[in-house]
Amino acid sequence: MKKLLSILLVAVMLLSLAACGAGTKTLRISTTTSVNDSGLLGYLLPYFKEATGYEVDVQSAGTGAAIQKAMDGNADLILVHSKASEEKFVADGYGVERIPFMYNYFVIVGPKDDPAGIKDSKDATAAFAKIAASEAKFVSRGDDSGTHKAELKIWAETAPNAETDTWYINAGKGMGECLTMASEQGAYCLTDKATFLSNAKNLDLEILLAEGEDMKNTYSLIACNPEKLPDIDTEGAKAFIDWMTGDEASALIAKYGEAEYGSALFYLIEE
Amino acid sequence: MNMDRELFQILGVTLRMSLFSTCISCLIGMPLGVLTGKGDFKGKGTIKKLTGTLMGLPPVVAGLIVYMLFSKNGPLGALGLLFTVEVMVVAQCILITPVVIGITESMTSINAKSISETAKGLNFSKRKTALLLLSENKQALLSVVLTAFGRSIAEVGAVSLVGGNIQWKTRVMTTAIMLETNKGNFSFALALGIVLLLISLIVNVLASVLVKEDKNA
Repeated sequence: MKKLLSILLVAVMLLSLAACGAGTKTLRISTTTSVNDSGLLGYLLPYFKEATGYEVDVQSAGTGAAIQKAMDGNADLILVHSKASEEKFVADGYGVERIPFMYNYFVIVGPKDDPAGIKDSKDATAAFAKIAASEAKFVSRGDDSGTHKAELKIWAETAPNAETDTWYINAGKGMGECLTMASEQGAYCLTDKATFLSNAKNLDLEILLAEGEDMKNTYSLIACNPEKLPDIDTEGAKAFIDWMTGDEASALIAKYGEAEYGSALFYLIEE
Repeated sequence: MNMDRELFQILGVTLRMSLFSTCISCLIGMPLGVLTGKGDFKGKGTIKKLTGTLMGLPPVVAGLIVYMLFSKNGPLGALGLLFTVEVMVVAQCILITPVVIGITESMTSINAKSISETAKGLNFSKRKTALLLLSENKQALLSVVLTAFGRSIAEVGAVSLVGGNIQWKTRVMTTAIMLETNKGNFSFALALGIVLLLISLIVNVLASVLVKEDKNA
């Protein structure tokens, strides 16, 4: 088993070496699926390249995996949305500084007829209580992603037990797949607004609750720490953070999604 | 503790799914494979080409077809079987049956002709000939079963799509490995992979013991 592990390890290291060698000015960003699925980076990166000359490789995964990849030395910076994990990443010395720079709101989506009657709830906590009381189906990400952690935080001590509460479906999947499952099962789901809107036309779901006090979703940038992780492109990470928090990107982000969905998908954090 | 219980539950679902898919696809595929391997008949070439093509069917496509069939708005949606172990078995059978037919065909075609000629000389009935064919090719057929089992226990794309990887319900070893990988628990995912390989090893050892005992008898 040790031998097998070491062989695998060598293979992984060779692969990451190969990734480092390719191109001189390539920046590696590890981000979450919700950022990537919204199309935001695809929209911003050509402008970033024009301004700085950097090519960017975007790897997307759930926040848990996105952070793990950076801890394994496979990224120069991370763009994620889970405050507690981010603070731990910085505290453990892997990240330089947590820079919250934009936010949006999680929304609760569900079937049109709203069987649990959550529509006029004052916040997500109240809506979740109604769902649990009526035992209406609810699809959970269950994958340690930022959205999953946000969901667990809203449930707090009232979190259902997936083994005994059969209405609580722990899917262990990405946002898009969970929404599809919720649509199939006539279930509720907590989602980031951007992913829902970009998939909405294929879904039998509606936004039933938006913008509760406990539904804020903050995205942060963290440059990886070269003291802890070797071969980090510190300059590139700094260039990206400076550009993302600068005027050009701010104007672009504030506009993003307006043409297609009638409202912006992300809001900037005013300093 | 809860983790151990959950691991056993996942192993249970994995075995249930793999054994059922193996049994069903072998029950359908082996007779068809023996038939095509044995005789020369019109359309044999077409069947061979068809099974050969279906052997290359990407799992995710098979999953997609099954998903659309059993989806809420699909033709079989009323059955409410999407995201159940049953529908995972259906997808698996679509994937594995062509493999079973293909390998059975190529294995039995080697000696099928001589065996059926012998049977003819002995004036065997059709049923008896078929039984003779099966027992003469016992070892080959066992390796077909093992191949089918190996395919089904290792499959991830189709079962993830139609099963949904739901905890305590449709999560199997491969989708659990994928989930842990997505969570960033790479070493735990690898450990699960080793458990899966161990199960495969146990099944293979059991099978070889079975054949050996049979030979000694």
